Amino acid sequence: MEHITTPPWAMLAYLVAGVLFIMALRGLSSPATSRAGNRYGMIGMTIAMVTTLATHGLASLPEIAGAIAVGGGLGFVTARKIKMTDMPQLVAAFHSLVGMAAVLVGLAAYLNPIAFGIAGPDGVIEVQSRIEMGLGIAIGAITFSGSVIAFLKLNGNMSGSPIMLPGRHAINLGTLLGIIGLVGYFTVDQSPWVIAVITALSFAIGFLLIIPIGGADMPVVVSMLNSYSGWAAAAMGFTLHNTAMIITGALVGSSGAILSYIMCKAMNRSFISVIAGGFGAAPEASSGGAAKVQRPWKRGAAEDAAYLMKEAENVIIIPGYGMAVAQAQHVLREMGDLLKKSGVNVKYAIHPVAGRMPGHMNVLLAEANVPYDEVFELEDINGEFAQADVAFIIGANDVVNPAAKTDKSSPIYGMPVFDVDKAKTVMFIKRSMGGVGYAGVDNDVFYMDQTMMLLADAKKMVEDINKALAH
Amino acid sequence: MDFISILSVFVMACFVGYYVVWSVTPALHTPLMAVTNAISSVIVVGALVAGAAEGSVVSKWLGLLAVVLASVNIFGGFAVTERMLAMYKKKEKK
Repeated sequence: MEHITTPPWAMLAYLVAGVLFIMALRGLSSPATSRAGNRYGMIGMTIAMVTTLATHGLASLPEIAGAIAVGGGLGFVTARKIKMTDMPQLVAAFHSLVGMAAVLVGLAAYLNPIAFGIAGPDGVIEVQSRIEMGLGIAIGAITFSGSVIAFLKLNGNMSGSPIMLPGRHAINLGTLLGIIGLVGYFTVDQSPWVIAVITALSFAIGFLLIIPIGGADMPVVVSMLNSYSGWAAAAMGFTLHNTAMIITGALVGSSGAILSYIMCKAMNRSFISVIAGGFGAAPEASSGGAAKVQRPWKRGAAEDAAYLMKEAENVIIIPGYGMAVAQAQHVLREMGDLLKKSGVNVKYAIHPVAGRMPGHMNVLLAEANVPYDEVFELEDINGEFAQADVAFIIGANDVVNPAAKTDKSSPIYGMPVFDVDKAKTVMFIKRSMGGVGYAGVDNDVFYMDQTMMLLADAKKMVEDINKALAH
Repeated sequence: MDFISILSVFVMACFVGYYVVWSVTPALHTPLMAVTNAISSVIVVGALVAGAAEGSVVSKWLGLLAVVLASVNIFGGFAVTERMLAMYKKKEKK
């Protein structure tokens, strides 16, 4: 059986598109080159689309142009309007679209295999293409339903706490084996029911896999789904024998996998334990009375904080997701500016899992016009706390919890954390003493001698500090 | 192209992806996700093939729907990446 031959120039064009996509990612190695990288990506996509239209689509151009205009317009407007704090939801929503597109393309290829060059004139689909198609649809469907759940959880439409079904591991494993078995069976029987059941089971497993995963693990989930969307594109690329799709799929697949790995490492969790879910569930009552003993702590006022920081030489600010919730990034930057005017050396320290997706805090600070060369990653700044006069914690909790270093029974044990206890003074903005971080554990930092608890809404507190600093 | 050459491209691209992504600065991990999202919508190529093909009306409409979804992602993904990257500024020189 011979495939519909793609002209050599088109194959070259797809290769060029693939290379441009590599350069798009390469550009992100530094903020200085990143925008050029993004342009390469756009050029690559244009080349891929124009090439496909030129070799296939001239007859149906009006409908296709309409489809691109509708989708493109919608995407563009969303991208302009979206708030930076909502970026994780947006990314999850976008992943679901890639997944759904992969499913639709797979089904379209199944219904019209001759047009895709994967079947002879009798309509019998090649065995190898059946496997690729089955896998592509399955991964696409998992990406879709998983991303929809991730979106609902991140967007607050659904509780972030894990939903545990009884016997879920058995159900999940059974469903997965069922999908694999059916993809195998699809090679000997190409009846519609096989592909329909593969699709339905894959939608179900995506849903089942994500509902038991708690809010704290969402950065991993979003990265993982990012990876899946890539593998779905790659599987479709195999079906279509298209290098641009294969290269891109491999890039995106690796990218998501690496981000998942980085996130897991930053929480000292294994990938398996994240997938198994349940983390961030209501803390068990077994923790005993000892941890609940009232311990003394000191409350500070905005004026005290302002005074101390103004006199300080080095201040390190540690923002967390709470800062984003309170929308305090802009006033925080003003605080940084005021301190710098008084000759204080201000740095920002970001934990890899701060926020709801990799790099989320960096974007929020960038949005507030914090120069990126004042923002440091955990391993680059952790040695500097010993020289810091003030560690200013706003909206973060677990990432500064020393229990991660000392308490083997703590759920966050082993997670790399900021050594804020080495700073001369620790200022901790928190809404109240009652709340705990995602991991649901108490934090010894609250009760240290050098700690000043600033209990208020983060934005309000920083505004008050700014007022005091301005005097 | 035969399966082996396609597989070769795939395996090589996985390695390229591995090294390129490790060189991405953590500060840009969110834009990285947004842009990978945009480029993974290169799946639009398959959608366009389906949308343009004759022979099956259902297949054609599935293809066109896929073109709509992928286009949301392409335009949205690149635009939001551009928007984010424009925010990253260096310290102003005095």
